[in-house]
Amino acid sequence: MKNIQTLLLSLMAIVGFSGSALAQEAMSLDQKVNEVFAAVTGPFVSLIFAPLPGTSFPWIVMWLVVAATIFTFYFGFVQFRFFKHAIQLVKGDYSDPNDAGEVSHFQALATALSGTVGLGNIAGVAVAVGIGGPGATFWMILAGLMGMATKFTECTLGVKYRNEYKDGTVSGGPMYYISKGFDELGLPGGKILAVLFSVFCILGALGGGNMFQANQAHAQIAGIVGDYPGWITGIIFAAVVFAVIVGGIKSIASVTEKVVPFMGLLYVGAALIILLVNFDKIGWAFGQIFDGAFTGLGVAGGFVGALIQGFKRAAFSNEAGVGSAAIAHSAVKTSEPITEGFVSLLEPFIDTVVICTMTALVITISGQLVMDPATGQFLLNDAGTAIQTIGGVSGVALTSAAFGSSISWFPYVLAIAVILFAFSTMISWSYYGLKAWTYLFGEGKTSELTFKIIFCVFIVIGAAASLGPVIDFSDAAIFAMAVVNIFALYFLMKIVKKELHSYSSRLAAGAIKKFKN
Amino acid sequence: MTSTIVVGLDGHGSGERALAHAEHLAKLIGECDLIVAYIVEWSPYSFQTPEENAERHKRREEEISTAKERVVDSSIEKLITSGLKATGIVRHGDVATALNAISEENNAIQIVVGRSSEGGFAKRIFGSATSNLVMSASVPVTVVA
Repeated sequence: MKNIQTLLLSLMAIVGFSGSALAQEAMSLDQKVNEVFAAVTGPFVSLIFAPLPGTSFPWIVMWLVVAATIFTFYFGFVQFRFFKHAIQLVKGDYSDPNDAGEVSHFQALATALSGTVGLGNIAGVAVAVGIGGPGATFWMILAGLMGMATKFTECTLGVKYRNEYKDGTVSGGPMYYISKGFDELGLPGGKILAVLFSVFCILGALGGGNMFQANQAHAQIAGIVGDYPGWITGIIFAAVVFAVIVGGIKSIASVTEKVVPFMGLLYVGAALIILLVNFDKIGWAFGQIFDGAFTGLGVAGGFVGALIQGFKRAAFSNEAGVGSAAIAHSAVKTSEPITEGFVSLLEPFIDTVVICTMTALVITISGQLVMDPATGQFLLNDAGTAIQTIGGVSGVALTSAAFGSSISWFPYVLAIAVILFAFSTMISWSYYGLKAWTYLFGEGKTSELTFKIIFCVFIVIGAAASLGPVIDFSDAAIFAMAVVNIFALYFLMKIVKKELHSYSSRLAAGAIKKFKN
Repeated sequence: MTSTIVVGLDGHGSGERALAHAEHLAKLIGECDLIVAYIVEWSPYSFQTPEENAERHKRREEEISTAKERVVDSSIEKLITSGLKATGIVRHGDVATALNAISEENNAIQIVVGRSSEGGFAKRIFGSATSNLVMSASVPVTVVA
C-alpha cells in the first residue's frame, strides 16, 4: 500500500513540475498513438461492422437481434415466465442454508452486473441518443428485453460446463461450454471455436473492457480539471490496476466493489429525482421516443439510424450474447445450472431496461439535443453525423451536461462514478481476459503475469487515443466474441431446453425445495 | 432427560468466559450436553470481485478448518476432559440468526455468549451481534461479561 502511495505521489509530482513543456510533446505523442492505433485496427473494425449487402445495416447488429429473437421464441418467452422466479432465487428463497458461505445467486448477479453496469449506461447511451435520437431508446429497450433470453442461455451453459478444480476453485465460460458441449453432442470443431472465442475475448478485454473505460475516464477528469495529455491518466490508472491484479492488493478491489453498487443507486436515484421534478415532460419524452423510433425525427439515417444505434448500444451495454457474463456467473453455488440462467436474465433488465432508459430519458428531457421548434425535427451538427447539442458535446459529456442542467453539482458526482465504474469494469474484464488467456496458454505464474502486464499497457494506450478509433475497436472486439459465442449457442441450446423442461416440471410439481417464504 | 446448551465463541476472551460459564451451568444441571458454535460472519448479499467468487468455495473450506483448529476443537477437548459431553459446529452467516438456528435445531434450553467486542460505526447502526441475539432468540440467552 505504501509503495503505491509513493508511486502515485511521484507521478503527481512529475505531472505538476514538468507542466506545459511536457504537454506540447505529449500532445503529439497522443496523436501518434492515435494514428497507429486507428491504422492497425481499421480492417478488423470494417469487417465486423460491414453492412448487409445493399443496406447501411451492419450485419453484426442483425446477428445479435436475430439470436435474441430466436432464443426468446425457442424458450417460450422465458424472460417473462420466470422473471418472478428469478427474483425469488436472488432473494435466497431456494438457497440451502447449509450452503451459507458459498457464492450466492445474489453475489454472482452483483459481480456480473458490476462488470456490465458502467460506461455503457452513461456514455454509450449518450452516444446512441446523440446519433440516433430519442427513438434509439425504444430499440434499446426492445433489444434489452430480448437479450434477456440470450443471457439466460449462455449463463445456464456457463454453470453446467464449468471446471471445478481439486483445490476448490472454479473456472467457467464460453470456452469451456463450447468445447465440452460440442464433445458431448459429438459435434466437431468445438475446440477450434473455443480457441477463437478466447482470442476475441482477450481483444474484447483489452478494448471495451479496458481502452474504452480508460478513455472515457480520462475525458471525465479532463473535463473537470482542464485538458491535459491522456497518457498521464493512463499511467495512473494502470498503476492502480497493476497494484490490484498483479500486486494482489485486494483491499482496493473490494472497496470498489462496495462503492460501485452505491454509485449505481445514486445514479438511478438522481435520474429519478430529475424525472420527478420534470414529471410533466415524461409523457412528452416517451412521445419523442416512440415517434423517433419509427420516423427518426430527422436524425442521420432516419429510423434505421435510430434502430441501429439502439440495438448496438444495448448489446454493448448489457453484453448479452457476448459470453462475458457466462464467465462471471459460473462461480455460483447451485446444483441446478439453470437457476443461474434465470438469475442472469435479470442482468439485461437492470442494465438496459432500467438504467439505460433512465439516462436516455434524462438526456431527452434536459433539452440538450437541439430541435427546430418549427418542424419538430432535430438539427444535425455541421458534419451531419449526429444531432446538434448545446455546447457540441457527445458521449459521457452529454450525459453530464444533461444531469447538470437539473442538478448543477451532479457532474462532479458523475465524474467520480464514471471513474469508479471504469475501474470496476476494468477489474472484471481483466479477469475475463485472463480466463481466456489461461485457456489458450495454460495456467501458471508467468503466463498470467504476461497477460496482466499487457492489460496495463493497453490502459495507457486507451487513455491516450481519441474516442473514435477506441470506440470502434472496442465495439468490434466485443462483437467478435458474440459471433463465435452465438454460433455455438445455436448448437447447444437444445441442452438448455432439456434443463428447462426438467426444472420447470419439477418446480410445478413442488419438487424444488423452498427454504424461505 | 438430557438438556443442551449452545455456547457461542468468537475467538476472543469474552468467548472463553462464556465457555467457562456454560461449563459451570452444565455441571450444575447434571445431564447436560454442550454445543460449541463458531459463526463466521458472512452475508449472501455482499459484493465480491469475479476472482473472489471463483475462489469462494476454497476460502470457505479454509475458514471452517481454521475456526475448528484454532477455537472449536481445543474448547471441546477441554470440556470433554472435565467430564462433559460436547460437540462443535462451525457455520457461516449472521451471528445472531445462526446461533438461534443452531439452538432450535438441537432443542437447546439456553444460549451462552460473551459480550461482543465489536464497536464503532457499524454497531451504532446495526447493533451488536449479542444485542441482536438477545432480542431475536427463541430461547433464554445468557450474556457473560
